[in-house]
Amino acid sequence: MSDATAPATGPAGVRVKKMSLLEQDDRTKRRNAAEKRFQFYGLTAITVGVLALAMLLISILSNGLSAFSQSFVTFEVTLTQEQIADAEASVVKTSKYSAIIKDNFQTALAAQGLADQVSVDDAMGLISKEAAAQLRNVATARMGDDEDVSRSFTFLTNGRIDGYYKGRVTMETAARDSNISPEQLQLADQLREAGLIEKRFNWGFMTMPDASGQRPEAAGLGVAILGSLYMMLVVLCLALPIGVAASIYLEEFAPKNWLTDIIEVNISNLAAVPSIVFGILGLAIFINFAGLPQSAPIVGGLVLTLMTLPTIIIATRASLKSVPPSIRSAALGLGASKMQSVFHHVLPLAAPGILTGTIIGLAQALGETAPLLLIGMVAFVREYPAGPPEGLFDPASALPVQVYNWTQRSDPAFFERASGAIIILLIFLLFMNALAIFLRRRFERRW
Amino acid sequence: MNDMRPVERIVDTDKPKIAARGCQVYYGENHAIKDVDVDIEDKAVTAFIGPSGCGKSTFLRCLNRMNDTIDVCRVEGDIRIDDEDIYDRKVDPVQLRAKVGMVFQKPNPFPKSIYDNVAYGPRIHGLAKDKAELDEIVERSLRRGAIWDEVKDRLTAPGTGLSGGQQQRLCIARAVATEPEVLLMDEPCSALDPIATEQVENLIDELRQNYSVVIVTHSMQQAARVSQKTAFFHLGNLVEYGETGQIFNNPKDPRTESYITGRIG
Repeated sequence: MSDATAPATGPAGVRVKKMSLLEQDDRTKRRNAAEKRFQFYGLTAITVGVLALAMLLISILSNGLSAFSQSFVTFEVTLTQEQIADAEASVVKTSKYSAIIKDNFQTALAAQGLADQVSVDDAMGLISKEAAAQLRNVATARMGDDEDVSRSFTFLTNGRIDGYYKGRVTMETAARDSNISPEQLQLADQLREAGLIEKRFNWGFMTMPDASGQRPEAAGLGVAILGSLYMMLVVLCLALPIGVAASIYLEEFAPKNWLTDIIEVNISNLAAVPSIVFGILGLAIFINFAGLPQSAPIVGGLVLTLMTLPTIIIATRASLKSVPPSIRSAALGLGASKMQSVFHHVLPLAAPGILTGTIIGLAQALGETAPLLLIGMVAFVREYPAGPPEGLFDPASALPVQVYNWTQRSDPAFFERASGAIIILLIFLLFMNALAIFLRRRFERRW
Repeated sequence: MNDMRPVERIVDTDKPKIAARGCQVYYGENHAIKDVDVDIEDKAVTAFIGPSGCGKSTFLRCLNRMNDTIDVCRVEGDIRIDDEDIYDRKVDPVQLRAKVGMVFQKPNPFPKSIYDNVAYGPRIHGLAKDKAELDEIVERSLRRGAIWDEVKDRLTAPGTGLSGGQQQRLCIARAVATEPEVLLMDEPCSALDPIATEQVENLIDELRQNYSVVIVTHSMQQAARVSQKTAFFHLGNLVEYGETGQIFNNPKDPRTESYITGRIG
């Protein structure tokens, strides 16, 4: 028995190492380590993502939230019918109104005992240049009333004064600034103490049209929000029916051959086409060929429809595919026609997916800038578009384009406005995504 | 149906309900059904048995043209129901399927209420004039499906919330609601437990009074229990077709005998 001390061998002569379950062998250790490493990579990726998002939100909110509040100056203005008639008869009407404001502002300053601090013209520098137009709007509305207008008016302050309250302008920068002087800032301080100037929530930021580079305080998103809403309306009305019809045909009816294969591949390719290419296409087809007006939401909507269609088609086809085939055969087996089986059974089951896809497509379209630049939606638009449907053909702006536009202006006040506009855009997107989640929950059949 | 002996009954053999002659089915290049001739009788249960992939389900699906929905599938030959060629150009498969109902292997109720499941067929075919008539059809169908007593109090509950056996009986009720003349069943009990299977088998035996029933089954015991005629398929050929008793007790073809006795399959 010479091999009695030799290690035990397995059936095929392989050495079998006896292992305790209480200790891990090398293989198990390696596997566990690999799993730990992978979890660590995943956690790192998520952390980086969350940090990036947090930084983005913090930077936008810290820059943009101040756009929602604005300082206003309030004082009594008396406007006689003769003054109105005189101003309306002159060539440069707003300069007359400006003079009226100046007189009344001087009276208001004198009442506070501040009239001798700075010259009247310097004091006028505190009030936005928008004020004359604002006064004129009231005056023309009251023209021919026989009664004189005498009430307190609230005007925007100049962007620099507003910037002073928000910390953007200081005494040092004002000393170097030809638009504002430290004396004016001191007067602003005194007026604030006297309660003539106050800071409050600025609805005008969301309702007023864009303003020129000289008056950032008056710039608002009214036209851009309307334009974006009109475009979303066009996209929804066109992309949803076209996209769903195309997907149903491709998924349920079309024969599977090389032609449908080509169409399928090209739809996927379209989803990857840079959006600016769609802008050039829109310019060539809708404006140059079809003769639709420039800067109009209808053209923007059409271009964004083209851009959104692939997204909607892909999402719809995916949700149609996920409907179990047994439902289709059940309907067909009962003698339902193909169309009845699709519309009675398949489509309702696919609806949550289709809705989600559509809303994601719309959200994508809402944030799209590049194609709109090419069809002229970057234009400076002061006039609100009319109500739909005529308003679809009026010039309008769009939210992302307005952001792009404002970031290019020199006055730092526009930087704050641009961030504020981004916040509005993000709120819209958040709302749409919440709607998508809500609809999904609401229509999903969980039985 | 505790009686395990093959059922022998006298059936009227004058005229077949369904007559297939030289039926060939191709899936692309694959010749799935080879030259099948078969006569299926009215008011009787015909069972198709055979090993997996022998083409019995494929042939069943030829009888209501469900194979039309498969792109690569091609059917040749002559299949007649009541002496009318169902593959004639003038035949609309939708109309045919109202006449030839089908129950599938896996219970597939619509994700709708029990009532709507049964009422769907009558609705699309316009079988009911008003709500009262539709209610009547639904009740009659659910009774025929031997599920009325279990669901009469919850007709608005979702059909997918029932148990597997109940779902399958609901599907049978749904199929008979359109008043078909032929009922095709593709392994209706393969997803059910023995108790549910027994209920469905009893149901099949009752349905025989009104319909010509064709059932595909993997279970030879089931074929022996419920059918009057049995067809044995092997590798796409119809090997043997005859009275159920004769097939199980006295098969003529050696392949049938091997399958029945469990040597192949």
